[in-house]
Amino acid sequence: MSSAIVILLTGVLVAVACALLGAFLILRRMAMMVDAISHAILPGLVAGYFLAQGPDLLAGFAGAVLAAVLTVSLVEALQNTGRVGGESAIGIVFPAMFALGTFVVSKYFANVHLDADAILYGNIEFAAFDLLYINGVSLGPQSLWMMSGLCLMNLLFVGLLYKELKLATFDPGLAAALGFSPALIHYALMTVVSITTVGAFTAVGAILVVALFVVPAATAYLLTDRLPVMILLAVALGALSAVCGYAVAIVLDASVAGSIASTTGVLFGLAFLFAPQHGLVARARRLQRQRLEFAVQTLLVHLLNHEQSAEQQAESAYSHLSGELRWHPPFARRVTDAAKRATLLQQHGDMLNLTEAGRAEAEAARATDLQR
Amino acid sequence: MSNVSIDHPVVIHDLTVAYRDKPVLWDIELSIPPGKLVAIIGPNGAGKSTLIKAVLGLVPTVAGTVSLFGGSYRERRQMIGYVPQRSSVDWDFPTHALDVVMMGTYGQLGWFKRPGKAQRELALRCLEQVGMADFANRQISQLSGGQQQRVFLARALAQDAQLYFMDEPFVGVDAVTERAIVNLLRDLRARGKTVVCVHHDLDSAPEYFDWLVLLNVRLIAAGPFETTFTSENLRKTYGGTMGAAIKHIEHFEEDRLAISVQADTKRPNGH
Repeated sequence: MSSAIVILLTGVLVAVACALLGAFLILRRMAMMVDAISHAILPGLVAGYFLAQGPDLLAGFAGAVLAAVLTVSLVEALQNTGRVGGESAIGIVFPAMFALGTFVVSKYFANVHLDADAILYGNIEFAAFDLLYINGVSLGPQSLWMMSGLCLMNLLFVGLLYKELKLATFDPGLAAALGFSPALIHYALMTVVSITTVGAFTAVGAILVVALFVVPAATAYLLTDRLPVMILLAVALGALSAVCGYAVAIVLDASVAGSIASTTGVLFGLAFLFAPQHGLVARARRLQRQRLEFAVQTLLVHLLNHEQSAEQQAESAYSHLSGELRWHPPFARRVTDAAKRATLLQQHGDMLNLTEAGRAEAEAARATDLQR
Repeated sequence: MSNVSIDHPVVIHDLTVAYRDKPVLWDIELSIPPGKLVAIIGPNGAGKSTLIKAVLGLVPTVAGTVSLFGGSYRERRQMIGYVPQRSSVDWDFPTHALDVVMMGTYGQLGWFKRPGKAQRELALRCLEQVGMADFANRQISQLSGGQQQRVFLARALAQDAQLYFMDEPFVGVDAVTERAIVNLLRDLRARGKTVVCVHHDLDSAPEYFDWLVLLNVRLIAAGPFETTFTSENLRKTYGGTMGAAIKHIEHFEEDRLAISVQADTKRPNGH
């Protein structure tokens, strides 16, 4: 297998594994907790290596997962004291854990191969060269096995516990009342997130893995109102980020992991601006349209109120509109034009007259107004 | 006496709940008979919601026992429905009304099993019962407050319980929803279910409910409205500050007189 394909596949698999859990992390507002986990695995990794007398994969893995679960428990314990609020508890625990890790590395592992850069930024570029050997037989790149395993684990986790995760996320009170312990589900999710983080950091590094957990899911949240669609979209966006990020990294000769994480950010930015329902542009246009629609209604009701009255001449004249309704002339023109286009009123010289449809619309508007 | 506790949906004995060293509920002794619509009434901070949560095992208790149909909450879970406060969940959650109602069936399904066609149809029927069938596929954030409350009630119906606990179902709902909830409560009572509601409004309480629990950290009084909804009890519950509450009582007592007069004149002509 060529090196490029191994890197690309590794990237896609990591992105998919993370994105599968991302939707629940976003909906539980736990993005910062993932950040904490990603940093706090360092002392666990070091402790694992220390006990195994060297960089042993399994020992490091076990230590890191334990450290991550410990971090989650510590954060929760701090939050439960009621003295340190939500995010602050995270801000206290994870630097402490990370500091402990860096301290131990500098003190005891100065001569050992424990590359802090590799932990923080990953080395996906070398994914193809780190082969998995069992009984001396090469089974291909280790990273591919690892990331496939993570994907499978997370797929099974979300597949089996979808209903429980959804319920405990939406309504923990009901979940508890129905016998689905929210605490158990929370720790199960945190454990799976920890394992994924530990597995993924060798590829994309401990910091950028946060981007893969959080950003594709946050992007998907802007694009849909349905949880299953959100999960699928997050996975697709994660994979897309991996592919595009890799391509950009090759063209610009830049870090693959950094490029993948940046791509997730770019996709989020695009969705934030242009999402069909929740995007900034769609929102602004909707607001403008509503404003115009309401102004048309106001105009119709105004004309109806003064129909056949003594002051109709004065009130219904186009030239008086801006004065009567305090509208800027360009806005008054836009409103009148919109109403004319919808054949709700006709203009005879300077006079604005309601059409049949316009009268009906105005009467309906006035009626609903009274109901309120 | 043990027969009583099996007949009675809720029997609470010496229940105490505290937040650190501050008692929220203090030595509650309460037994609720079956087939009643029960209002829990008391001032803010009286522990009304806490009482429900303690019964459901959602908050730790300091002392006391709760027996539901003669068993623990764990043993009777399938018989009990719960409607949390509407504000306790995030209505921006990416799902639709029908899906929320289907969550009521999860307890019966148990771990790992996915809801299927039967659960879907049950949920649709429950939405129909609260007049929300047309909104089944509506994103929940696009529902009005009253509609959201009706979705929550439909979800409780989907739990198909014998005993329901509802935390302020009437708060912030429109007149249509208020009617819908009242009809639903009466329908549940007609089917022999017991419903326990935290309720705020003294005005509507005697009309909507037939059994009353007056609470202010301690249990002040419990029993049928006729004997329990008295100015004496309300004064004890709300302290001296509640002049308005007393007025409600006077109205209620006048109404009750009028009703009993009506009932007396009607009775001979009845079936």
